Amino acid sequence: MSTIVLLLVTGLGLGALYFLVASGLSLIYGLMDVLNFAHGSFLTIGAFAGYELSRLLGGDSWWTLIASMILGALVGALAATATELLLIRPLYKRLIEQVLVTVGLALASVALFEGIWGTDALFTQGPAFLSGTTEILGARIPNDRFLYIIVAALVLIGLIAFLKFTRYGLIIRAGVENRSMVTALGIDVRKAFTLVFAIGGAAAGLGGVLASHYFGYVSPQLGGTLLIFAFIVTVIGGLGSLAGAAIASVVVAVFQQFANFYLGGTGDLVVVLLLAGVLLVRPSGLLGKKA
Amino acid sequence: MKPPILRVDHLRATVAGQQVVEDVSLEVGTTGVTALLGRNGVGKTSTIKAILGLIERNGLIEFDGERIDREQTHRIVRRGIGYVPEDREVFSKLTVAENLRLAERDLTPNRALVEEIFPDLTARGQQAAGTLSGGQQQMVSLARALLNTNRLLLVDEPTKGLAPKIVAEVSDALARAATTVPILLVEQNLQVVRQLAETVVVVEGGRTVYSGAAHELLDNDELVMRFLGVHAADGAEQHQEGAQ
Repeated sequence: MSTIVLLLVTGLGLGALYFLVASGLSLIYGLMDVLNFAHGSFLTIGAFAGYELSRLLGGDSWWTLIASMILGALVGALAATATELLLIRPLYKRLIEQVLVTVGLALASVALFEGIWGTDALFTQGPAFLSGTTEILGARIPNDRFLYIIVAALVLIGLIAFLKFTRYGLIIRAGVENRSMVTALGIDVRKAFTLVFAIGGAAAGLGGVLASHYFGYVSPQLGGTLLIFAFIVTVIGGLGSLAGAAIASVVVAVFQQFANFYLGGTGDLVVVLLLAGVLLVRPSGLLGKKA
Repeated sequence: MKPPILRVDHLRATVAGQQVVEDVSLEVGTTGVTALLGRNGVGKTSTIKAILGLIERNGLIEFDGERIDREQTHRIVRRGIGYVPEDREVFSKLTVAENLRLAERDLTPNRALVEEIFPDLTARGQQAAGTLSGGQQQMVSLARALLNTNRLLLVDEPTKGLAPKIVAEVSDALARAATTVPILLVEQNLQVVRQLAETVVVVEGGRTVYSGAAHELLDNDELVMRFLGVHAADGAEQHQEGAQ
C-alpha cells in the first residue's frame, strides 16, 4: 500500500512538471498550429535564471525559492515573447518554416547555454524542507513533490480563470476553434498569439526552476529532457486542450512511475506504448478537437 | 449620385494555389441590398472572403473610397464591415453570450437591437452555441454582425438549409438591417432575393457576367435559367427542398 501511495504522489509531482511545460505547448498549438520545439529552451533559460538568483541570494530560504520561481517565469515569458515577435510572426501562415525555426532555435539555444554556463550540471540548493520527507499512509513522500503539485494546481486554476473570465481568454478559446472567424470579427488574433507564447513561456520558465529542484541540478539539456515527455503529454491530452494536458500529464507520469518500479525501469517504453495506444483509439487525443 | 460604399474591380483570388475568382467586378451602393448570384461553386463565397482578405487576392477593392485590398482582415472589419459567413461559423464550444460578447467591437454595442430582433438568444445566453439548431445558429451569426454599427454587411447564404419559417425570420431580420446599412448578399433562394435586393450581380466561372436591377433579371425567365439554372418561379421551392 505504502509503495502505491509513494508512486502515486511522486507520479503526481512529475506530472506537475510535465503539465507546466505541456500547457504552453498545447495552447500554442491549439491557437497557432505551431509545434514549438523551442519550448524546452524557455524552460532551460528560466531554470538558469532561477539558479543565478538563488546563487546570488543564498539558496536555502523560501523567499529565495519564491523569487527564483517568479524570475524564472518572467525570463521564460520574455524569451517566449521575443521568439514569437522576432521569429514566428514574420513567418505567419508558413507553418513548416515556423516549426523549422523553432527546431533551429532549440539547437542554437542549447549551444548558447553551454557557452555561457558550460556543459556540466550545476547543482541547486533549496529550503531544507524540500529535502525532507513526510509520511502518508506509511509512505515517506519527498516534500518537494508537494511543492510541484501545489504550484501546478495554482497555474492550472489561474489558466482556467484567465481563459474563462478575460476577453483575451475568450479570444484564445474562440481562436483554438476557428482562428479565421476570430479575425473576421475584427480582432487582431496576432496579439493573442504573442500572449499565448508569453503565458506558455512563463509556465515553462517556472517549470524550469521547479525541475532544477526535482533533478537537483541545471544543465543546458534540461529543457530537452522534459520537452519530449511534454510533447507526448500534449498529444495524448489532445492538441489545444488545457484540460487534456492536465489529465494526460498525471496519467503519463503515474504510468511512468509504476512501470519504472514494477516493470524493471521500463517507464519510458510504457509511455511511448501508451501514446501509440491512445493514437490508435483516439487519434485526436483524450480531449482534442476532431481533425 | 453617391459613390458606392464598396467597389471591386477585376478581383482575382486563389485558395491553396487554385484560382477560385477569375475576374469579378461589382459595386455596392450606400443603401439597400445587392445580391451576388450564381450557380454553386462559381466563386460567390470566395468573392466575399477575398473582399475581407480571408483568402489570397489581387485586384482593386475600395471601401468608402479607400483601398483595402492590401489590408489585413481585422483592419478591414474594423472599418465597419460586418460579416455573416456561409454555414454560420459560430464558436460551438462558447456559449451564445460569449459568441456575442466576442463580436462586440463598439464601446456601446447595439445589444438592445439584437435582443429585440432575436429575443430567443437572450434566453439561451448560457447555452453552448454548438447545441443550437441551424436556425438559432444563424440568428447568432446575424446578431454578431448587427451588434456593431457597420457601414456594410457581407452576408453569405443566410437561409441555406433552413426551414421555411426560419427563412422568413432571417429575411425579416435582413430587411430590417437593410434600412440602416447596405448589404452585399449571397443567396440562392430567389424569393428572398426578390424580397430584399434592388440590384444583382451574377457570377459565372469566377467572372462577373451580369449586373443590373434585380427585377430586370428575376422577371426574365430566360436569363434566370441561363445564369442560375432554374426557372425564376422555381428558385425558392428548389431551395426549400434542399432544406428538407
